[in-house]
Amino acid sequence: MRDTIAPLLDVAQLKTVFHTRSGAVHAVNSVSFSVAPGELVGVVGESGSGKSVTMMSLMNLLPRSAEIVGGEVLFEGRDVRAMNRAELLRLRGRDVGFVFQDPMTSLNPVFTVGRQITERLRKHMNMSKAEAKMRAAELLSLVGISDAARRLQDYPHQFSGGMRQRVVIAIALACDPKLLIADEPTTALDVTIQAQIIALVRDLRQKLDMGIVWITHDLGVVAGIADRVIVMYAGQIVEQGPVRELFARPQHPYTRALLETLPSVTGARSERLRTIEGQPPSLGGAPDRCPFAPRCAHTFGRCLTENPQRIEVGGGHDVACWWDPQTGEMRHV
Amino acid sequence: MSEMAPIKPLVEVRDLTMHFDIHAGILRRKVGAVKAVDGLSFDIMEGETLGLVGESGCGKSTTGRAILRLYDPTAGSVRIGGVDVASLGSADLRRARPQMQMIFQDPQASLNPRMTVGSIIAEPLREHSDMDRAARDVRVRELMDAVGLNRAFASRYPHEFSGGQRQRIGIARALALNPRFIVCDEPIAALDVSIQAQVVNLLEDLQRDLGLTYLFISHDLSMVRHLANRVAVMYLGKIVELAPRDALYSDPRHPYTEALLSAVPVADPVVEATRQQIILQGDVPSPANPPKGCNFCTRCPKVMPVCHEVSPVFVEHMPGRFAACHLIDEEKDASVLRENKNDNVQQGETQ
Repeated sequence: MRDTIAPLLDVAQLKTVFHTRSGAVHAVNSVSFSVAPGELVGVVGESGSGKSVTMMSLMNLLPRSAEIVGGEVLFEGRDVRAMNRAELLRLRGRDVGFVFQDPMTSLNPVFTVGRQITERLRKHMNMSKAEAKMRAAELLSLVGISDAARRLQDYPHQFSGGMRQRVVIAIALACDPKLLIADEPTTALDVTIQAQIIALVRDLRQKLDMGIVWITHDLGVVAGIADRVIVMYAGQIVEQGPVRELFARPQHPYTRALLETLPSVTGARSERLRTIEGQPPSLGGAPDRCPFAPRCAHTFGRCLTENPQRIEVGGGHDVACWWDPQTGEMRHV
Repeated sequence: MSEMAPIKPLVEVRDLTMHFDIHAGILRRKVGAVKAVDGLSFDIMEGETLGLVGESGCGKSTTGRAILRLYDPTAGSVRIGGVDVASLGSADLRRARPQMQMIFQDPQASLNPRMTVGSIIAEPLREHSDMDRAARDVRVRELMDAVGLNRAFASRYPHEFSGGQRQRIGIARALALNPRFIVCDEPIAALDVSIQAQVVNLLEDLQRDLGLTYLFISHDLSMVRHLANRVAVMYLGKIVELAPRDALYSDPRHPYTEALLSAVPVADPVVEATRQQIILQGDVPSPANPPKGCNFCTRCPKVMPVCHEVSPVFVEHMPGRFAACHLIDEEKDASVLRENKNDNVQQGETQ
């Protein structure tokens, strides 16, 4: 059904390279995905898998050493890479909201929370001071901060970690964004506070119809909130599909291994954890073979000479791998 | 291993209390204390892994450090192998150190970047043994083999290793003096999921081969379920529940344990869509100013009037199961009443 709606965000063959002293690092390699209006896409991967750099590349928020060397990013059909500075600022300030891992680093410690919310409203929504203040108080109560009008005068250090993340979410939501990019928004929080934030986001999705990209390393979080899941490894999307389909029938050996190695608080308890031997590869060399091949239990000769493209396996689910878990043989493509 | 009943306690902690004084004003007068650890009593059995879980700031790391006497406890005793390390003098403490070691969370911060891996692992041997250089080298190679590090890397520096390998270096160092007891303080928290399993399996292998006893401190309830034989749950400086692993996870008795378990996301969208979650309101109070009565009363979904008045006592309410909660006292009273009633009824029938 989603396919019939024009995507909010459409990314095709995005490539980002970091230029370092020891040569080029291929941090994002031919990444393609889309986000529909109102859809929550979970992006999972370990550190260094390129999930954050991908999102930074979308809005051109990269450090100087990084360069987007190819691909297309369309936001509501408009080419983001071709935008000028003013257009980009408007896009980032108004249409897209960001929530990062550590709320303390995204808030300015010397300004009150109220000022940090109203700043955006005044700039992008042309509100008067009084209007902005009212809206800011509304936003704080929307994210579950009680006594909102008074708390606008507080500084970030006067809030606890979970409350600070709520403030960051309130700022991100200030201008009614169409897309929210949340990069490990609950990783720095305790599990009971994480549960609060997840419940809040579930609730907000019902109230506000916005697309969300939720980056995390936690498959459990993704299982609870995502409509669709993207699994990244070594700068590439290795598997993508609707959440239930992907968890029920994981195709890529990496996804399968991740799900198997994960212990749980419920269900059967394994005596020994399955491990994925070895380390993720360095991204120095040109990506001309499957990046997971050195750690994979199902490697074919072809995996070492060619980087597999994503193959559709049905139900909106695709995988960048030649190994077929049903037959244990090579896929016919 | 888990089938074997642990025989006797190796570590006996009694009323362990660790307060950090707060000073303020020009005269730096004491104005209060952060009650980081407030009267803990528990045992760790020989050869077992006791999991210590809780959220940040609950005092679990402080507990680990106070047990190893990295802090001087405010009150209480810690007997390791029968010796009270909390009251040892410095010379005796130094002699006791080799049997108790620690593995730290951040291998980056706990390894000296200017020392080679070989000298890092050999440092405890230099300090605490009379081995000569050749003997130390042999022992370092042994240790590197034991933790799965390539011996050829002994002359490299920590920054040349990945996070998982660095944690192996930290483990090798902790093992150097053949300790009996190791406090593992969040040893896998800084590692990626696929590397965590490797380190956890290594810790399990070493425990089996060397008969080690672990206190495994973690906020990761799933990993603790995998590793621990028994689990203690901490909240605001106190242990609220301690029980054998399976009992705790399948039948949590303290409302905080229940909420904590319910907050852990399950990697299954079908389960996630249907399960009822307990969402705790609010935040953890400050340990400098804990609430009156039960520490959990400000967030407890099952709070009763008595909880705001009286701090519940940590009791063994069933063999091997401990908890501090008024609900459990009530249940006990109720079941006693029930039993009495049944007795009365039976008596009535016989009469």
